Amino acid sequence: MTEKEIQIPEVALILLVGTSGAGKSTFARKHFLSTEILSSDVCRGLVSDDENAQDASADAFDVLHLIAEHRLRRGLLTVVDATNVQESARRSLLRVARKQHCLAQAIVLDIAESTCLERNKTRPDRDFGPHVIRNQARQLKRSMRQLKREGFSQVHILKSEEEINQVSFKRIPLWTNKRNETGPFDIIGDIHGCFDELVTLLTKLGYHVDQNTADSAYPYSITPPAQRKAIFVGDLVDRGPKNPEVLRLVMSMIHQGHALCVSGNHDDKLKRKLEGRQVKVNHGLEQTLAQLESEPEAFIQQVSSFLDGLISHYVLDNGRLVTAHAGMKEHYQGRASGTVRAFALYGETTGETDEYGLPVRYEWANDYRGKALVVYGHTPTIEPEFFNNTICIDTGCVFGGKLTALRYPERELVSVPASQVYYEPSRPLFEEQDTRSLQHRHDDVLNISDVQGKRFITTPLRNKICIEEQYAAAALETLSRFTVNPKWINYLPPTMSPAHASEEADLLEDPQQALDYFQQMEVETVICQEKHMGSRAIVQICKTPDVSRRVFGIQSEAIGCCYTRTGRRFFNDDTLEQAFLLEVQQAVTKAGLWDTLKTDWLTLDCELMPWSFKASELIRQQYAAVGCAGNNVLPVAYQLLEQAALRGVDLNGLNQRIATHHQHISGFRQAYQQYCWSVTEVNQLKLAPFHIMASEGAMHTDKNHQWHMAHISDLAKASKGLIQATDYRIIHPVEEHECQEVTQWWQSLLEKGSEGIVIKPMDFVCHTNVGLAQPALKVRGKEYLRLIYGPNYDAPENLVRLKKRGLGKKRRLAIKEFSLGLAALQRFVGQEPLRRVHECILGVIALSAEPVDPRL
Amino acid sequence: MLLTLSLQSDPENNIKATDLSYLLHKNPDRIHSFSLSHSTAHVFYPQYDEDQCQVALLLEVDAIGLVRTFRGPMSSKQLTHYLNDRPYTANSFMSVALARAFRSAMGGRSKEREALVDCKLPLTVHIPVLPCRGGQPVLEKLFSPLGYEISADPIALDNQFSEWGHSHYYQVTLKNNCRLVDLLSHLYVLMPVLDNDKHYWVSADEIEKLLLRGGDWLAQHPAKEFISLRYLKHKKHYAQIALAALAPEQIDAEEKADQAEAELEKPLTLNQQRQQKVIDTLLAHQVQSILDLGCGEGKLMKLLASHAQFKSIVGVDVSSQALDRASSRLRLEHWSERQQHRIQLWHGSAFYSDSRWTSFEAICCIEMIEHMDEDRLEAFIENVFNIAQPKLIIITTPNQEYNVVFGLSENQRRHSDHRFEWTRTEFTTWCQCIVDNYDYQVTLEGIGTNDKNYGHPTQMAVFTRST
Repeated sequence: MTEKEIQIPEVALILLVGTSGAGKSTFARKHFLSTEILSSDVCRGLVSDDENAQDASADAFDVLHLIAEHRLRRGLLTVVDATNVQESARRSLLRVARKQHCLAQAIVLDIAESTCLERNKTRPDRDFGPHVIRNQARQLKRSMRQLKREGFSQVHILKSEEEINQVSFKRIPLWTNKRNETGPFDIIGDIHGCFDELVTLLTKLGYHVDQNTADSAYPYSITPPAQRKAIFVGDLVDRGPKNPEVLRLVMSMIHQGHALCVSGNHDDKLKRKLEGRQVKVNHGLEQTLAQLESEPEAFIQQVSSFLDGLISHYVLDNGRLVTAHAGMKEHYQGRASGTVRAFALYGETTGETDEYGLPVRYEWANDYRGKALVVYGHTPTIEPEFFNNTICIDTGCVFGGKLTALRYPERELVSVPASQVYYEPSRPLFEEQDTRSLQHRHDDVLNISDVQGKRFITTPLRNKICIEEQYAAAALETLSRFTVNPKWINYLPPTMSPAHASEEADLLEDPQQALDYFQQMEVETVICQEKHMGSRAIVQICKTPDVSRRVFGIQSEAIGCCYTRTGRRFFNDDTLEQAFLLEVQQAVTKAGLWDTLKTDWLTLDCELMPWSFKASELIRQQYAAVGCAGNNVLPVAYQLLEQAALRGVDLNGLNQRIATHHQHISGFRQAYQQYCWSVTEVNQLKLAPFHIMASEGAMHTDKNHQWHMAHISDLAKASKGLIQATDYRIIHPVEEHECQEVTQWWQSLLEKGSEGIVIKPMDFVCHTNVGLAQPALKVRGKEYLRLIYGPNYDAPENLVRLKKRGLGKKRRLAIKEFSLGLAALQRFVGQEPLRRVHECILGVIALSAEPVDPRL
Repeated sequence: MLLTLSLQSDPENNIKATDLSYLLHKNPDRIHSFSLSHSTAHVFYPQYDEDQCQVALLLEVDAIGLVRTFRGPMSSKQLTHYLNDRPYTANSFMSVALARAFRSAMGGRSKEREALVDCKLPLTVHIPVLPCRGGQPVLEKLFSPLGYEISADPIALDNQFSEWGHSHYYQVTLKNNCRLVDLLSHLYVLMPVLDNDKHYWVSADEIEKLLLRGGDWLAQHPAKEFISLRYLKHKKHYAQIALAALAPEQIDAEEKADQAEAELEKPLTLNQQRQQKVIDTLLAHQVQSILDLGCGEGKLMKLLASHAQFKSIVGVDVSSQALDRASSRLRLEHWSERQQHRIQLWHGSAFYSDSRWTSFEAICCIEMIEHMDEDRLEAFIENVFNIAQPKLIIITTPNQEYNVVFGLSENQRRHSDHRFEWTRTEFTTWCQCIVDNYDYQVTLEGIGTNDKNYGHPTQMAVFTRST
């Protein structure tokens, strides 16, 4: 018995065609997954509770089409189990396939009418008369003649039960699927017959190009650099001087397995001409035809079949790379249809024409959001630029530009100049006035769909961080109304959790609890840093305004920016801000950090003092107000109580309580007063950086805190007084005496009026066997905490309640914000589109909009 | 936290200081403590002799308990923050304490001095820290009509930082010759009114309390609307009910409220003129679909909705709260499905492109650009003029020159959120720059009364796309 094998594409719509009782459902169940089969009977049941309710057919097919559409969009094979004997039924399914750019195949189960009738008799649910099957059989017979012309890529007719039983299916990848080819690749732009430049470029890329006279069909012998393969993005021919030689070389390379090639519009047109079809001989086709005239017929045949075999586009490297001539939208990638092919060859146009009479291209890359890097040509540009994860590498060699290759995955551009202008362009190459990159110019306006609704953000540290819709909406308002231009914001710091409540009777916090946490987390070494009491500030600093434009895409003369932990502008006064940024810039220059870090910009995470500089409104309305109210009422109350006591009234200790309360209010006032002073010039400010977050091409979260402290100490020494270093201790939480020393040091800092300390794992990002450790815990001083929990917080009855605090939510939030902040920075350093950075920034702001219960 | 009440003997008028203790029904020789929700009230007598009687009401507020058991909306900053002034000032806690500690006196009862209850007495109240939102004028507005002699000293925020100025707290002494019961009910009602806040959720029972304590005197008080509104935490419909109950014969509450609104909206006639002008322009250009960018609470949309020519009206705002208010102002959920399709509200921002915006014939940005930072206007222009590119774009913004006519100084802006206000030249230059870079033509107009030196209060630019 010979088995018949039917090849089906891995993504396709398969229509089973046959009368009721032909055995379609049994056949489908034998060969396909139950989830791959869409049965019209089942759909009828779903919408009407009755699989045979003919009046529900329209609704049932609506449902079936919808499911088919979603499955195909997701790239899943879909089998339709319905009679499909009517042309109109097949047409609507073909439309679904076409809409999702998938191939459709028909499999006809052509079973004798009598067999079907017999089978239906044994099924109690099929009580319709024999005329139904007779009708279907007639429709099927009529269909068989036209089936092949309806638009199926294949039609298979199985004529007997025997044939049906013997058939097997093989799923084959689409031609465009080269996911297994992982490179590395050298992707080469539009050549247009510029043979000499091509050879020079290949040589520059490390390929050896030799003549091989032995093989007249493939006369070039190519030796690529180790493991590498070339990919041509099409338009090999037309306009240029040596079209046949380019074809010979490319065909040789492909033949020897050293290259892939996709079709360009010029290649396609030449193919059609060689096939004898009517095409307009213009746009450089005339040169190619003239050059081919002297070529032997065998070569013409070879070219013709070569061009005929060119694929529209390739999906490579496990879906990380796509090459096509004119570009490829995300939902066309790996699909096959006339539309996809046309898009690959010509791109899209808006329907308008420009002043040179040429169609205006619709810039598909503007909307591109795909994960695959799309490398394409077709549109000559002066300098290739990465833009929204796409790059056009047609640099107009034939117009006197250059021939460019992109090395993948290195993302390096290699090019050779054209030795002459071979063809005058019909429209001059456009030179942009704005010196910023295409990406930066495009990113001036973000897209609402990238920030709206419930979102899941994947970060290297934490998978899928959920941002709830209403908080995303609140964050959108913040980013539109209150923050600096989002282009400046490449990082926001996470919230910081306190340590667990102290075991000491009169303290709410002390260092031991934080050290215990890190010991439990199996963190070997920690750094304890003095906590400055000011406001968190992120400082972006650039060597020149040109650097701000290049790196941040800002259109101004600014040399940097200073913003708060929620992205708001730190300074209200432009002059002061300018002076501040200049001081920071000079310190970086003097400390030699530009050279040490091989950069011309830096992102610094700092504390900026005094507290009153940013928070003066808050201090006046809340802190000073409470202070003056308490200070004016408590002495009076005490005085009156004393008078009553003198009269012999027993006060039950109320007068002592009021006296203590008065002391507490004095402590409270002192606590805020020492963090307030007026600032009119830059030397009254103090900046304490504690992290150098990022610089050109690098984020420094892979360095430990000692590295950061050392560089910041250099910066402080170079500064004229603005920048100050932070005092710190490095200890091991398992060593008891070291912990005791830290507690003593903490106390000595408090006596000098410090807020307290922050304890961090020595490594910036610290994974241990236990998990990801908190990036920092704060341990605040007894007096400082009056500002947080109120002047009288340490009265025994208050302290005992405040010690009951759940830190879980705060710590989870800290980890999420930390992950998002670092993800933003990583994307920024990797020069990803702004929307990718912005997504994480919006996430941090949204998370901080989530109310954390102050009753911790 | 603290309030004292004193009575001086006046033999001529047969007034004995010690009678105060009988009226208050509190033994002067011991301290009286009352446990209240989140506070403890103490009554004691610092002074008690033939000549002078002084009683003190001292309140210990449990600020920490208050925060930890608070179950109301998180928006109430006072009560969700450990650090607040409630323990130190005379506020609604004090009113509650008064009512509890001096229950019988406030009820106009006295076991041992029944005859004195209705006597006018020369009473003095001293409050060391009294919050006065609105300052001394409000204090006077409230207490003067009731016959009080007021002395008030503002309290400095911090003597070490004299540049911070005064707090909103006053040290206050009030003197009046009145019945004790009246004085207590005045304080009960007016302390939270001065503070303009309450530590508990204001529900409909508050109307009852106001009527109970203010029944006798509030109806005649010239500031009764102000008092009711503040007492009922600015819940207008509660205030209307209270006012109607206070004097049903003379006020039709509805009518009164309309008058108040008209009073309030007098300065808004410019807004009405602006809206009319915008609608006229939209009608004249025969557009059918309008995007109101920065629609706020939907006031313009409501007017647009009454014109059948406008087949699609969509309001966009960056503030979800504004959209919620717009939704209730427009009563969207009460409309038919067809109308709900015609009038919609979308959340969005001027700096983010939205593919849905491209299908509108007109985009209005009414008094909106001045709320954006100047260095981000480029993005807004690109978004509206290049990406959305409707047929018609209307932009209005204040004319800064006209501010003088409103009596504003050079550096003052009309609204605290305005990031800039432009002169006519500045706006013209900005519009011209748009026209130079995008396919639009512009005409400029003024809205409102023309001043021969300063022009119109509002400037309007109408951009039409070149065909």
